[in-house]
Amino acid sequence: MTAALQTPASTVRGDSDDRNDRVTGSMATHTDAEALDRARAAAARVTDPEMPMLTLVDLGVLRDVAIEDGHVVTTITPTYSGCPAMATMRDDLQRELQDAGFPDAQVRVSLTPAWTSDWITDEGRRALQGAGISPPGQAPRHQGPVALTLMPTKRALNCTLCGSANVKLSSEFGPTACKAMYQCLDCLEPFQHVKEI
Amino acid sequence: MTNEPSIHVDHDEAGANIEHGDHENAYSGLLVNDAHWAFGTDFEDPLAGVDTTVPSGVDPKDLAAYCLMLGDDALVFSQRISEWCSSAPDLEEDIALANIALDLLGQSRLLLARSAAADPSLVPQLPEGSPVPDEDRLAFFREDLAFRNVRLAEVPNGDFAEAVAKILIYSTWRLAIFERLQSSRDSVLSAIAVKGVKEMSYHRDFAGRWVLTLARGTEESKTRLLTALEGLWPLWGELFETHPVEASVAAAGIGVDPAEVADEAGVILDQVFAAAGIERPERGALAGVRGERGRDGLHTEALSKMLADMQVVARQYPEGQW
Repeated sequence: MTAALQTPASTVRGDSDDRNDRVTGSMATHTDAEALDRARAAAARVTDPEMPMLTLVDLGVLRDVAIEDGHVVTTITPTYSGCPAMATMRDDLQRELQDAGFPDAQVRVSLTPAWTSDWITDEGRRALQGAGISPPGQAPRHQGPVALTLMPTKRALNCTLCGSANVKLSSEFGPTACKAMYQCLDCLEPFQHVKEI
Repeated sequence: MTNEPSIHVDHDEAGANIEHGDHENAYSGLLVNDAHWAFGTDFEDPLAGVDTTVPSGVDPKDLAAYCLMLGDDALVFSQRISEWCSSAPDLEEDIALANIALDLLGQSRLLLARSAAADPSLVPQLPEGSPVPDEDRLAFFREDLAFRNVRLAEVPNGDFAEAVAKILIYSTWRLAIFERLQSSRDSVLSAIAVKGVKEMSYHRDFAGRWVLTLARGTEESKTRLLTALEGLWPLWGELFETHPVEASVAAAGIGVDPAEVADEAGVILDQVFAAAGIERPERGALAGVRGERGRDGLHTEALSKMLADMQVVARQYPEGQW
């Protein structure tokens, strides 16, 4: 049984009714459905190793939880090609699923579709904000060649400490591949911003 | 194995560290949660779960050779940029350079793994039982003459102006290629390109802005930038020369003929130069030897020295567990 993800939030969280509509009939399917719920709940508990305030669901990295031939198969996608946290995410998922009674759970890495910061859920954005990290705006959509941008990226964002919009980009590259660094010009707080990608 | 480097920590059944006294192991404090100690202590095939079937109409050997070329470009340039770690003019730029190197390393890992999956005969043989994955075998156990990167990627580092000039040239060229590679018939190459385009857009903007800043800064910064561009320019032409492997994969709808992107890349670079108020350098191309260049395995001495540095530890311990 495979429940393909339409969006990361709707299926992995397992709180939607339409998911139950797919489960029909026999006892075997019911058992699968129960196992799938447990697997989804376990997978949804795993947090990002760099930003522990976010679950992999909030981050949009967990793409699918399914049962194939009696085994739990989860699919994750890297945020950046060189993201060094992938192996840890995979291990954490495997451990959490093992604790939930799925010792043979498999974690797949899917490169397509490519991760975009637009997949960070509303809940994830609130969690980032609460932890003093500015959440991303809408990711750029490229139609045709990527435009060259020689002036600093303009983003409408606010200081995560005092809320001022008077902020300055100090670097497009922060402590992790997915973040830029800003400083508030009013309260002087330095803070990170998750880049639009 | 007697010479294998290891950090030994005992665990009880619950996975907690067993104390050996205060001074016995300086690392024990780091290992409260063993699984979180250093990313990547355990590697697996980065293409695990990805369909690596070679599409019809292309020789798997050509696909593998092409991925090796692209993978070597990214690997060698990543290594060069990472040599800047802790040496950049300020912390922000140090981190930016490290991030760029990391993106390229990630792209390289996928490309080398793609190469190995398409043609396993390319992968160097190691003693049986060696845990070294295919992409690492390609990175660490090939000789300099087996590398297929363009020579621009191996140029030894100069000053910061040289770094941003080189990143601008590389990412302008590479972004133009990857934008086309997104529609490759090979689903793995296409996926790598889609991610790569997002990443390298940031790299090109970063380098372009610094070129502007240096060109419009002081006499000293402008002179340094112009000197760097003069020095790199002889390697610009090589980026757009078509190797027979590139022609073959381009014809098969798998790869990109670099000659096709020459005009577009040149126009973008000229936009940066115009905004910076500087001229394109006028230097002829660096000749090959008997017509051979980076793509043919013909390199400058700098690559051999860089590889010696990069490969020495892996070669010392072909059966090492990390």
